[in-house]
This record gives sequence, structure tokens and C-alpha cells, in this order.
Amino acid sequence: MPSAANENEAAGSSDVPQAKEEVVDEEMAGGEFEFDGEIDPNKIQILPGASEDGTAASFRILKEDHTMGNALRYMIMKNPDVEFCGYSIPHPSEAAVNLRIQTYGDITAIQALEKGLDDLMDLCDHIESEFRKEVEAGDYSTVEP
Amino acid sequence: MVDYSKIRRNVVGIEHDRVTNVSSTDFPGYYPGEDHSWNLDKFKENFRSHISYLTDLSCSFDLIGVDSSIANAFRRIMIAEVPTLAVEYVYIENNTSIIQDEVLAHRLGLIPLKANPDYLRWFKKDDPDFEPTDYDTVVLHLSAKCTTNSNAPPGSTDPKVLYNGANVYASVIQFEPQGRQSEWFPDGIAPANPDVLIAKLRPGQEIDLTMHCILGIGQDHAKFSPVATASYRLLPTIEIIGPPLTGELAQKFKSCFPKGVVGINSKGEAYVKDARKDTVSREVLRHPEFEGRVKLGRLRDHFIFNVESTGAMTPDEIFIKSVQLLKKKCQILRKFDLRT
Repeated sequence: MPSAANENEAAGSSDVPQAKEEVVDEEMAGGEFEFDGEIDPNKIQILPGASEDGTAASFRILKEDHTMGNALRYMIMKNPDVEFCGYSIPHPSEAAVNLRIQTYGDITAIQALEKGLDDLMDLCDHIESEFRKEVEAGDYSTVEP
Repeated sequence: MVDYSKIRRNVVGIEHDRVTNVSSTDFPGYYPGEDHSWNLDKFKENFRSHISYLTDLSCSFDLIGVDSSIANAFRRIMIAEVPTLAVEYVYIENNTSIIQDEVLAHRLGLIPLKANPDYLRWFKKDDPDFEPTDYDTVVLHLSAKCTTNSNAPPGSTDPKVLYNGANVYASVIQFEPQGRQSEWFPDGIAPANPDVLIAKLRPGQEIDLTMHCILGIGQDHAKFSPVATASYRLLPTIEIIGPPLTGELAQKFKSCFPKGVVGINSKGEAYVKDARKDTVSREVLRHPEFEGRVKLGRLRDHFIFNVESTGAMTPDEIFIKSVQLLKKKCQILRKFDLRT
């Protein structure tokens, strides 16, 4: 990522913490298999056969597995407007997840998916901050029993 | 004394030959008149985390109030998707040891390295024009040579005494900072454990090689996994039903469980002291005298995680990264506009 390198040089700073911040923001946190934030434009697609009003649709998410599939399924099923949500990995040698969403009709499947993603992000934020608090509190043993 | 009647629906029942009440039911529409829709405030109220112990290499902590799909996502991410640094390319200049080049290279790849992956970027393996830079490649060097120890006492048979440098350990690996890497890694990059045995040599044999280390994830190769184990179990529950178990029966009841799980109070009655220590062996269910007197179970939303690091990062860092990664995955999907 030459752009990031240039930014850092432009700032005229070469201290380590800054180098760290810059990298964390742009990619480490990525951890994704996509490199340098280059995200596959087909990462998520709507599969053919969605209902016309958009209340029922299937999505195909590439390079994801049970990790995202099941977590997302749970969050979407928590939505009272959703009638059905399920996921499957159609073939073990294709890195892709199919996600099916059917709503009762008040929202579209896309809205349900977006709410599911937002809720999952909120959940992650809370778990992270709680766990960090717990680590900082230091109320634990530092030897393995 | 835990009152299980109130949380019954959160207890997975364990019988002698089966498990019951296995699936989560906390969904809207499952229980008439109850609201189980996602509510962040309610989640915050219910969620608790607690660390039992945390060392540089291992950690045990509880996540209480989350669903198994979420806990499992964190476990899976810790194993397969948290990036770490590992040896990927080995340039062998000389290897006269009995270990073949490819076996040696494989062994080197599996050595856990202590390096903060946040300072590095992805090496684009699939781009043929990609040139390694100090941003994405760490260079390590290994050179070892074995010689005869002329001072060895006559008659000695121990190779460590007879020869110098008969065993090549990971501590021999040298970090060769490239570009600005000496600023980013002031403490250098070294194997997490200096005592990993890489090869054995005899006089006249030598190894001289350069390694290029890159970031990767466990999904691609297990050498990139930051954890040795990352697992969870559900908190066991033990409920004694009916009149207290006393006397010999109490003693027998106690002996059905691992040490410390069941205690006997001053009245001679058996009571559940620490269900957490139970291994849920179900021994107690084999004895007819306890039939209908005890109910075993596990709390569906109480996860006891056990994370052992390979040494690249501390276990708490690995867990925090797994949470961040799950969020990042959502963010990536959220960027797409599907409404067109």
C-alpha cells in the first residue's frame, strides 16, 4: 500500500505508534482473505428467484462459512419481522454461504439482512468493551491452575 | 443454591443416554406473549464476561448471555482467521544435514514467531508481479554448523559433549530487519519458544538458509493459527431432587463426581459445592439409588472458553481480535448496496 506509506512520510513522522495506527486502520483489522481492503465486488449477491416485492430472497456470500452464516442467521432470526432465516453451504469445496430470508411482509429481505449485520456489529462492540474492561480490571489469577 | 426452575429453558438436559432441550428458543414468536426480538439494552443487561485466569500463554474466561452461534463464531475465528506471522518461503543456501530441504522448510514454517501482526500488511501471494517489501515480509536467517569438540573427555558418548552445535534450536534464528522494521519491531522478531528443536547435526554438517515470513491465517495453513487450542464448554448444572441425600448415600453421591463438585454439610447432607468442576461423566446416572434424585444439565448461554496461545500474541489479544474480525466481516458486507 504505497498510499499509506506516502501519507506517513508526508506527516513527517516516523515513530512506531503512528506506523501501528496506520496499519491497524487499513488492514490488520481486515484479517480478511481479501488483501489490502480490496473487496471482491461479488462478495454478496442476490440469487435469482427472489420474490417480486423483495420480502423473500436468497443471498450468496463468497468466502464465508459457518462462522458468519450461523451468527448472522441467529441475529436475523431475532428480528420479529422475519418469518424464516436459514443458511447452507451448498458444496464443501466452494467457499460460499447461501442465506435465505423470508419476512412477514413489513420489511424486505435486504432490510432484514442489514439489520442483522448492524445488530451483530453492536453485539461485537459490547462484547469487546466488556472483555477489555475485564482484562483491565485485573480481577483474575495470573497463574494457570 | 441455584434455582433452576426459573432458567429451565436455558438448561440443556443430560440423561444417561441422551441430551434434551438442545436448541435455543429465544426467538420472537416461540413463546406466546414474550418478546425475544433483538434488544441491545437487554443484551447488555444480561451479558457478563469474567476471566478466571490469564497468563502469557493460556487463558480461561466465561461469556455469559450469548448464543452458541456467536460463541462458536469467536472460537472459529480464533482458530482460523486471526492473522499471524509464519515462515512461508525458505531459501536454502546450504543444507548438508540429514533433514531434507523440504522437510526442514516445513519444520521452520511451524515455528511460532513472536511478532505483532498489526505492524505488517498482507503479502499478495497471488499477484505474480508482487515484490516483497519491509511492510509485508520479515527476513530471518539461520546458520548452524556442527564441529567436533576436541576437549571432550575420552570415552564420552553424549553428542552434546562430543560435538559443538549438534542440536539446532530455534534460538539460533536471527532477525534481519529490512527497511524500517527495526523501528516497528524494536524488540526484534524471534521464535516464541527458543527451545524448539529444528535439526540435529554431526561434525561437518551445516545449515545456512534465509526465511521470508509473511502474514497468513489458519484457514490457509495451520502454521498461521495463533492458538494451540481454542475451545468452549457449557457450564454444568447439578440439581438434587427431593429430600436431602444423607449418610452413606451422600458419600456415594459425592464419589460419583470429581473432587470438589459435591460437598457434605454439617448435617451430613450432600450439596452441590461447585458444579463448574464437573466433567459431566454421568457416573451418578448409572446408580439406581439416584434415579429421579438428580438432574444433570448444562447452561445453554454460559460458555467457558479455554484459549491457549502458540506464543505469537497473548490469549486475551487473540480473543479481542476475533471479536473485531467478526465485526469487520459485518462491515464489509454492510458496504454493499443490494437495493439496486
